[in-house]
Amino acid sequence: MTGIEANSGFLALALPFLAAALAPILTRFLKQHSCWVLALAPAFAFLIFLGALPEVAGGTVFLFGLDWIPSFDVRFSFRLDGLSSTFALLITGIGTLIILYSGGYLAGHRDQGRFLSFMLMFMGAMLGLVMSDDLMTLIVYWELTSITSFLLIGFDHERGAARRGAIQALVITGGGGLALMAGLIAIRELTGLTSLSDVLAAGDALRESRFYVPILILVLAGAFTKSAQMPFHVWLPNAMEAPTPVSAYLHSATMVKAGVYLLLRLHPALGDTSLWTTILPLFGAVTLVVGALLAVRATDIKITLAYTTVASLGLLVMLIGVGTETAIIGAVLYLIAHSLFKGGLFMVAGSVDHGAHTREIDHLGGLGRAMPITFAAAMLCALSMGGITPFVGFLAKEEIYHALEHGDPYHVALICAAIAGNALMFAAAFIVALKPFIGRMPETIHHPHEGAPTIWLGPLVLGVCGLVGGLFYGAYHAFFSSPMASAAVGEPLAIEIGWMPHLNLAFALSLATIALGVVIYLLSERLRAGLTALLSTIGWGPDHGFDQAMRGLIRGAFAITNFLQSGRLDYYMTATVAVMTAALFGAMAYTGGWPAMPEFPQVNYYEWIVLALLLCGIFAVVVAKNRLTAIVSLGIQGFAVALIFMLMGAPDLSFTQFMVETLSVVILALAITRLKLSPTDHRPTREKLPDAALAAAAGAGFGLFLLAVVQRPFDSVLSDFFERYSYAIAHGRNIVNVILVDFRGIDTMGEIAVVMTTGLGVLALIRVRVKRRNPRPADPMEVTP
Amino acid sequence: MRTVIFRFTAPYLTSLMVLFSIFVLLRGHNEPGGGFIGGLIAASAFAIYGIACGVAPVRRALYFHPMAIAGSGLMLAVLSGVVSMVVSVEFLTGVWSFPAFLGGDVGISTPLFFDIGVYLVVVGAISTIGLALEERETD
Repeated sequence: MTGIEANSGFLALALPFLAAALAPILTRFLKQHSCWVLALAPAFAFLIFLGALPEVAGGTVFLFGLDWIPSFDVRFSFRLDGLSSTFALLITGIGTLIILYSGGYLAGHRDQGRFLSFMLMFMGAMLGLVMSDDLMTLIVYWELTSITSFLLIGFDHERGAARRGAIQALVITGGGGLALMAGLIAIRELTGLTSLSDVLAAGDALRESRFYVPILILVLAGAFTKSAQMPFHVWLPNAMEAPTPVSAYLHSATMVKAGVYLLLRLHPALGDTSLWTTILPLFGAVTLVVGALLAVRATDIKITLAYTTVASLGLLVMLIGVGTETAIIGAVLYLIAHSLFKGGLFMVAGSVDHGAHTREIDHLGGLGRAMPITFAAAMLCALSMGGITPFVGFLAKEEIYHALEHGDPYHVALICAAIAGNALMFAAAFIVALKPFIGRMPETIHHPHEGAPTIWLGPLVLGVCGLVGGLFYGAYHAFFSSPMASAAVGEPLAIEIGWMPHLNLAFALSLATIALGVVIYLLSERLRAGLTALLSTIGWGPDHGFDQAMRGLIRGAFAITNFLQSGRLDYYMTATVAVMTAALFGAMAYTGGWPAMPEFPQVNYYEWIVLALLLCGIFAVVVAKNRLTAIVSLGIQGFAVALIFMLMGAPDLSFTQFMVETLSVVILALAITRLKLSPTDHRPTREKLPDAALAAAAGAGFGLFLLAVVQRPFDSVLSDFFERYSYAIAHGRNIVNVILVDFRGIDTMGEIAVVMTTGLGVLALIRVRVKRRNPRPADPMEVTP
Repeated sequence: MRTVIFRFTAPYLTSLMVLFSIFVLLRGHNEPGGGFIGGLIAASAFAIYGIACGVAPVRRALYFHPMAIAGSGLMLAVLSGVVSMVVSVEFLTGVWSFPAFLGGDVGISTPLFFDIGVYLVVVGAISTIGLALEERETD
């Protein structure tokens, strides 16, 4: 990108975030009408991408970015090519409609501003995700989509189900995100490729890497969890706890496609290996069939749609796994079609919920007369989902069958899965889009009504897009599907499939699918009953498994905590000192760095005095009858050490030692009087001996270790450096201080943060004890000698 | 512990020690001293005052909650690092200026403010602990 184009690219990326910052304030003043203003942000971004579309369709790849962490070669960089362009258009285009829809759907909700803000934040994250070029940038945006999705699913946070759904989604997609991060870091570290552009340009580098298998598994873990493949799909139906705009936008049209996006993106670099063509179709086909069956089983129309989304994602993964040119084309066509019709259908489900106040399919019917526009939108979307010509869904299905029409068992198995899944989804589409609108209206529905224009605009526009795209397939292919498929395949190709059916095998399979779908639609109630019975016989599902895993995690954490945190101070002290001693001796034993016996140094008489003082202090500690006396005596030897520092010419150190010693005596004395300890140690000598031995060992360990360190040849590089530069560049003669506040300032910053956190922690602990304690403890002032 | 002599002299001792701690803090860049040691001295001063006269007078004298003092210290330290970024050098790089003041050059620098931040954190955090421990439930 040239300068101006990079700027507009950054602008498009930033617009949703800017709007997100404004959303709460705007909504406070404009109520639900703020959506019209806020929708301008994605609309403008959409226009920017539309402006770049002719060039992108012509094969131009726009790269732009900034340096982020140059020392690690991490950039904040983006890539706009056919794949990301189509995704960006879907995100901003559907996003504009969704923001409007949210304005109507949540009109009058007290947290509408927050909701719109989260939605726009998500939009920004998703846009960044599909446009990221640098691998680390990609991860940041990837995690951001998980977090915003968590916030949106848990939007209605006062309901337990919403909280559970949110946490489940975060745990599963977040866990996958960590795996993906490991995978991408592995790519960076092992191959030195830092961006998607590098990875794509490197050809077979990754496939030939020794670490291909672990990298692939980590990347797939990220993609499969995000794109809800079995058995990670459980979070997606539970995410339906979110308000419907979220389901329409995140959990059908955009976010769940992130995994598919990643697979499409990395297909040229990681694909076409036997592992790839086995794992992906396997997971995809199972997800497709199981998801579609569960969709027909569900009675809540939103849950039905959620499971069809799971099935669709399975279909996409399966096709990417097959990986031939036609299969990728099929996947691309299906992905665009799916975003249009499923986003629309979700919004229809929300409108139905809004108008009839229920989403249970058994309690819905006859709404067509009261909600004609919604009905029309629903039918447009359902016809596309069912794969009826001339909708875009038809193009996708034809291409998918073309891709799979080979005689070998591999393709036959996959085509069977595709037919079964598509037929079930056909039935599910019409269960959602037709059943609520026809037949007799149940008496439980009162005054069904069409929503505000903002509510029917979205689904209608998406439905019409699905029709227009199919009718004018030339332009559709030229601008959207061909560039996208070219980017995913890695070489330019042109898609030709049109809405005019040709009499061939694919068309025959299409007809068979539709026929099977109609049969399933008619028998749906019996099928639902059968599936419900089957599931209750199995009695276990991944959703239940998730709960079990979480419970196990909590129990495990509890057990470990109980083991490590006995709550006994003497246990902690013993453990800490023992580990420290073991580390000291272990290090010396491992490296063989035992100190040699030093020569006895020349000691002046005043130094002898200080040493005697020190010994007196230790002796007093050991013989002290009373704990407080012992603590004060400990202070004596601390002061003696401070004196030694002073004599050795380290005034700073000595100064600090004095103060630290004073304060620790004061604080220890205060703490001891607070704890209801008996003033003396009543244990018999026999029980004190192990402690004494440990103390002696720790002392010996430190002594030997220090001797060993001092005996090593002194490397004066650092001292020289600080001596030379302390005054020259830091204007300070006190080297210790200059190091603390200037040369190693960031260390000090960390340390003072620790000091402060410790203070907070101690304060909290003391407060807790004060509240719980009853009756009151002894007055510390009375005990202090 | 609360002898009359101690209670009478403690405020003077505390004031002197706080003054001394500031002196130590400010001379720290060229002579032995600095924010950490200065903070320790001031914290001991407040501990003495607390032991002699009780916690309430110390809290009154400090005016702010000691934790707030620590927090503002951390903030000051971080901000002094951010200043470097404003003049577009790396975070926490020392930025110096030597304005003429009463005929002499006075070095004003971000490390100085950083050190003051360290001082405040140490005073605040240690006093928090000390005062909380000294405090009786009735206070």
